[in-house]
Amino acid sequence: MTESLDQIFVTLKHWLLSGFENLLKWLEVAPPDWLMPLVSMVLSLAPILMVFPALFAITTVLERKGLGRIQNRYGPNRVGPFGFLQFAADGIKAIIKEDLVPRAADKIFHFIAPVILVITAFTVYAVLPFGRNMVAVDLDAGLLFFFAVGAASELAVFMAGWSSRNKYALLGAMRAVAQMVSYEIPLILSSVAVVMITGTLSLTKIVEAQSTHAGLLPDWFVFTPWGFMGFALFMIAANAELNRSPFDLPEGESEIIAGYFIEYSGFKFALFFLSEYLSMFALSGLGITLFLGGWNAPFAVLDFIPSWAWFFAKLLALIFLFIWTRGTLPRLRQDQLMNLAWKFMIPMVLVNLVAAALWHFTGPGWMRWLSSGALVVGAYMLLGKPQFESKDIGKRTYRFAD
Amino acid sequence: MTLPFAIIAVLIVAAASAAMTLRNLVHSALAVAVAFGGLALAYLYLDAQFVGLAQILVYVGAVAILIVFAVLLTRGGEAPEKSIFSATWFWGLLITVAVFATLAWCVMHSFASKREPADKVEVTVKQIGDALMTKFVLPLEVIGLLLTAALIGAVIIAMREEKK
Amino acid sequence: MTPLAGYLLLSAFLFAIGLAGALTRRNAIIVLIGIELMLNAANLNFIAFWRYGANPEALTGIMFVIFAIAVAAAEAAVGLALIIAIYRHYKTTNVDEVNILKG
Repeated sequence: MTESLDQIFVTLKHWLLSGFENLLKWLEVAPPDWLMPLVSMVLSLAPILMVFPALFAITTVLERKGLGRIQNRYGPNRVGPFGFLQFAADGIKAIIKEDLVPRAADKIFHFIAPVILVITAFTVYAVLPFGRNMVAVDLDAGLLFFFAVGAASELAVFMAGWSSRNKYALLGAMRAVAQMVSYEIPLILSSVAVVMITGTLSLTKIVEAQSTHAGLLPDWFVFTPWGFMGFALFMIAANAELNRSPFDLPEGESEIIAGYFIEYSGFKFALFFLSEYLSMFALSGLGITLFLGGWNAPFAVLDFIPSWAWFFAKLLALIFLFIWTRGTLPRLRQDQLMNLAWKFMIPMVLVNLVAAALWHFTGPGWMRWLSSGALVVGAYMLLGKPQFESKDIGKRTYRFAD
Repeated sequence: MTLPFAIIAVLIVAAASAAMTLRNLVHSALAVAVAFGGLALAYLYLDAQFVGLAQILVYVGAVAILIVFAVLLTRGGEAPEKSIFSATWFWGLLITVAVFATLAWCVMHSFASKREPADKVEVTVKQIGDALMTKFVLPLEVIGLLLTAALIGAVIIAMREEKK
Repeated sequence: MTPLAGYLLLSAFLFAIGLAGALTRRNAIIVLIGIELMLNAANLNFIAFWRYGANPEALTGIMFVIFAIAVAAAEAAVGLALIIAIYRHYKTTNVDEVNILKG
């Protein structure tokens, strides 16, 4: 029973696939040999294209309600029960709004930028394992695919800002690209520690490596010294990569009014919004896969709950974490942002790689906890603590473009 | 000639030609990013998965971004009024035609060019990693040194000169 | 499958496009892009020869391309830094006007 519930979507897909094959046989049509893989692909991708936009709709409402609670107000509460149909109202508004394109804009790139962003945001889901046997494409270099496609979105952000021919849009785009390039390094290097330990870039194999239980704790990488530090650095870098508060300088409403998508309205604006949330789910999913055991249950007794339910439960928890940080932390200044990336995150992530290597070569026992843990804690004490506790936040300097 | 190869070839050639002839530098930079992406597709089509993805990560994700940053920092965002071609463009074109003619003649007359490939080759990332850590470990170290030197060099060259 | 000549001709043509750009354009950034295209054309050759070669298990072509990509990235970083330094000094990126060494 639990077995069939766990595999319900996989079974459904096989059932639909064989049904289609039988239908073709009944119609006496000989399918060309590219057709069946194509149908199988579509059947794998269709749920992704349905589930994550739906999650986007729910998350926008949850985020606005959560932020409202944090800021001591109600949040949306007019449309539907408890305001939960707010996303429908927002969606209808976005579709029927006039689509304005500035006269000086570079029309082609102005149109193409949000489209590329949404496509890249959807493409990365192809390699994420959502549950046991539930991955659209099991690539041998899945992690590399994820980062390669994600890197392509930076150019789309630049395109959006540059083609608008608006100085705020251009400033926002330059800030966004500089920030994404800087934080991509800790993002990738913190995942490299996991790759070093598991010896594979395939995301399904990384999840399998975390499926055992050792004593009380499951073998998730977050429950090791290097994994805990790696997870923390990964989440900070992901937050910056997504341009979410406290790293929302590229769109800072109070200074450059919305950054690179200032000149977008109507449906194209909604596409930016969609791609931002889709990347947030994707990066959370990657964090879950790399550090939080993927779709594995935390304790063996809880294995009766299907694997995909665990994945989505962890996903919701991480989304909550994102909303919480957004509601709690104030925005950084540009120089603080760069200092955090280059003076804390990158050295820390390099030390973390050494800690992961120590963990691997010390062998099982308390020695690996001691050596790896001491290295991580010591590095944090040396690199992070003085910076974060320093009262001197630096002199405000002005530098003008020449 | 197969259809996927034809599509990839047209994409690469069109994007590269656009990058070399467009007036606006930002358009050129974006076109060259498309050409890099097309090359990545060619690598993937040739079963070199790792290299294709690395190509996207490095070229579309980093080199193209560097180029647009350089364009904007040197105020190249607007199309120039003067000619975009240098004074000696004629000789350049002549040399190019000569080089291409030589290369094409060699390719067409080479015995190797009629070769058919082996059946599907599976190269796992693990094999590449093993090779990098054993047979090719010395070049890997040298590349590490080169990248460090390039990083420091680029920062020093682009650093603002102190006003005296 | 396409015979090897298809890839070699594509690569030669890409090399020619890059060379033409590097030799005929005025702007230093475009010249650099042309050089990058030429490097990429060479990489395509390596991959094609590796795939069509007698011994693809040796991975030599793939290794060569990985190292070439790393070298090209370093080259792009240093080249663009040089262009920015030149722009600061001469307020131009036009290769025809940066001719102070010309007698």
